[in-house]
Amino acid sequence: MSTTTVAHHDEHHDDHPTGIMRWLTTTNHKDIGTMYLTFSLVMFLVGGSMILGIRAELFKPGLQLMNPEFFNQLIGVHALIMIFAALMPAATGFANWMLPLQIGAPDMALPRLNNWGFWILPPSAILLTLPFTLALFGVGDGALATGWTFYPPLSVQGGIGVDFAIFAVHLLGISSVLGSINIIVTIYNMRAPGMTLMKMPMFAWGWLITAFLLIATIPVLAGAVTMLLTDRHFGTHFFDAAGGGDPIMFQHLFWFFGHPEVYILLLPVWGFIPQILQTFSRKPMYGYKAQVYSLWSIGALAVVVWAHHFFTAGMPVPALLYFMYSTMAISLPLAVLFYCWIRTMWKGSMSFETPMLFTVGWIILFGIGGLTGLVLADVAADAQYHNSYFVVAHFHYTLFAGGIMGIMAGVYYWLPKMTGHMYNEKLGKTHFWLTAISFNVTFIPQFFVGLAGMPRRIPDYALQFAEFNMISTVGAFVLGLSQLLFVYIIISCVKGGKKATDRVWEGAQGLEWTLSSPPPYHSFTEQPVVK
Amino acid sequence: MQGMKKFGVGAVALFLSLSARADYTWNFPEPVTPMALDTLHVHNKFMLITAVIFVAVLAIMIYSIVTHRHSKGHKPVADKAPSTAVEIFWTLIPFAILLLIDFVIMGIPAYHSVVMMEDTRDQSTMVIKITGSQWRWQYEYLDGDAKGIKFVSNLATTNDQMHNEADKGEHYLLEVDNPLVLPVGEKVRILMTASDVLHNWWVPQFGSSRVAVPGFIRETWVQVEKEGVYRGQCKELCGKGHGYMPVVVNAVSKQEFAQWATKKQGEQQAANDVKEMTKDELLAQGKVVYEKNCAVCHQVTGAGLPPAFPALTGSKIATGPIFGADGKYQKDSHLDRVLNGKGVMPPWKSTLNDTEIAAVITYERNALGNTAAVDGLVQPTQVKAARE
Repeated sequence: MSTTTVAHHDEHHDDHPTGIMRWLTTTNHKDIGTMYLTFSLVMFLVGGSMILGIRAELFKPGLQLMNPEFFNQLIGVHALIMIFAALMPAATGFANWMLPLQIGAPDMALPRLNNWGFWILPPSAILLTLPFTLALFGVGDGALATGWTFYPPLSVQGGIGVDFAIFAVHLLGISSVLGSINIIVTIYNMRAPGMTLMKMPMFAWGWLITAFLLIATIPVLAGAVTMLLTDRHFGTHFFDAAGGGDPIMFQHLFWFFGHPEVYILLLPVWGFIPQILQTFSRKPMYGYKAQVYSLWSIGALAVVVWAHHFFTAGMPVPALLYFMYSTMAISLPLAVLFYCWIRTMWKGSMSFETPMLFTVGWIILFGIGGLTGLVLADVAADAQYHNSYFVVAHFHYTLFAGGIMGIMAGVYYWLPKMTGHMYNEKLGKTHFWLTAISFNVTFIPQFFVGLAGMPRRIPDYALQFAEFNMISTVGAFVLGLSQLLFVYIIISCVKGGKKATDRVWEGAQGLEWTLSSPPPYHSFTEQPVVK
Repeated sequence: MQGMKKFGVGAVALFLSLSARADYTWNFPEPVTPMALDTLHVHNKFMLITAVIFVAVLAIMIYSIVTHRHSKGHKPVADKAPSTAVEIFWTLIPFAILLLIDFVIMGIPAYHSVVMMEDTRDQSTMVIKITGSQWRWQYEYLDGDAKGIKFVSNLATTNDQMHNEADKGEHYLLEVDNPLVLPVGEKVRILMTASDVLHNWWVPQFGSSRVAVPGFIRETWVQVEKEGVYRGQCKELCGKGHGYMPVVVNAVSKQEFAQWATKKQGEQQAANDVKEMTKDELLAQGKVVYEKNCAVCHQVTGAGLPPAFPALTGSKIATGPIFGADGKYQKDSHLDRVLNGKGVMPPWKSTLNDTEIAAVITYERNALGNTAAVDGLVQPTQVKAARE
């Protein structure tokens, strides 16, 4: 098996450009996937170092390191980078790498579009960070200082940094929509013979629904920020009450995108979590159909609950009740997913390599994020939680634990397949424990300061919040520094290490494990048949 | 080794000082309104339910993780496909439990809370209007004993405390010059609006938080049931002063409230009587007004924070003429800018009275490195005339 695939590999060795041109012009799904993942890792470190600046400022009461204006810029850009430039590209990177391998396709359906989709990202990342850099040299007044949500009228008042961010969001949006189109077309047209939709790997389902959500919501965001742009520069009054507009309309438009965005970040992860679980439980995943239907239900509910993000902005009672109950309803399919995940582990034969550690940790921590989200749906209680640190803690449990730690589980799971080398298991486990513990040290105190009444996005706080903030900052620094270990593990795994076998994990199931590790440059030149 | 020991001692000292100073609060602060009390109950109930769910699921997981291990030689069990009837049963039971939790145990109390929260009018005896501005709150009593009282509430914490040049006071960042005064036991209907960007008026002990939207009126209510001083903050990102926009409410008995109202109305009456003032009087009062309202953006020295906030020192507006040949104030003059604002600069005509505006303009033109050749003094009467 391995000898034939190696020969196979050599045969095609020369038909792609090498050096820098290989990466600039590539249409190969694995090269593009690698670029997405690398880009995401770099931006993860950039976004992470920004938040360390913030946590350092919040270490104790008083202004130590920065003025409030700069603080506000950091929080907004941190969020935009983490969402658009770290988490989303990571998921897209995995889609590019793994979808063709998992469904038995030679490549993505639209390879040139794929190349373009990636190369829009670096310029938009530059647009996001440029205002900062310019301000350091005394040009302009820095990046957007409105938080990632761009709420007018503050964003209408803001400086040129807001325009930069608007254009960056346009570009990032185009990239996501192109990626989504490609994924949908690939999944519908390129499956191996015999692979019906209901035999597809769960990751393909997760991404298929994500792609539909992206296509449905990104244009709304693009429209909203464009309206903002014309309000800022061309005298329109979409969001200005004095001209007949309404600032709250922006919030409706923004969250019509923003809420599904949460699921856009999480659905791909929900795709590969059950795959990892079944591998390390040595047992097929439980409730495949139930999971697929749950993913669809969550995708559908995601687009009808947006207004729970601004309950306190003023809404009629029936609207409040509708958004409250529909939000609570999301807990039903989500509970089905949790049940299936745990049932997959139940009476399995579990071993705890790093990907499994990350997955189990992920289930527990994401569970906390989900349950606190259920409580947030209550309108009256939300009046207290809203815009407090309780919310900050909640969404970091869903987005850092539920998003980034899930991605990390995927990285460890597929890294041997992608590089052909085993990563250092001992370091991987150390990375997991450092991350999981310091993550909790960082964010558990934030639940309590939030309940006690500390608003989010403030550069300085009352003395009663001092102790918890100090603990939180210490946690954040350990969490941040632990990620350098992650980078080291990846780099050393790419460079070399123990050869990985084709199947890599004893219990691994799926077409990607039938190829060599690393897979040949052109995967599946002969189409596999699924029975 | 010596270093390690030192570090150890330091760490212990730090830990001791933490626990000695510890003022940890693990839940909402003590509720003092029906709404906050209700919120606390709802919150506690929800947290309990979710905690029970979490612990139960976690226990099952941990049991499974400990027992069903590869290293212990546990063999995976094949999940057999259940019969359709069993499948339907096991789908419906958890579904029913979740429906019960979401929409009955949690849903029904949540419904009552929403209805109560949004009912701003029933039995309300008093109406006040709260306006959020960058970065201060303005309060106006629209009826009752205190009708007509209107004032601005600014952060009272000093700059040197924020920059760690002085010891921080007990209520660091949570203290104001003019707290809102409310009578205990009365249901007060609150109308909320803003003059520039979104703000959110929030006192955790009241449980009411509402976004102030420029150009719109939003409503909420409070009914404080215990005398005391309650503190909160603006909760909607509103620019660089967002962290410096505290809310302080002084809840007093009805008698005290009536006394306070009479006194405040008298003061306000006196302040509204405009009279000619000397340069020294204007400068002295102007300095106070400037440091309270203008220094946030233009700095105490008048240097500003260009380009967002222009310098006043040497500025064309602060040194140029105000009044034309006809005695009327000119467009884009210093007085016009202060009264009506422009761009980020808010209009001050509804926030400051004639005397305050006259004083602050006089101060800006004769201090902060400026010496005005013309129109050095602006009198309250001139401001009053300009308004008309």
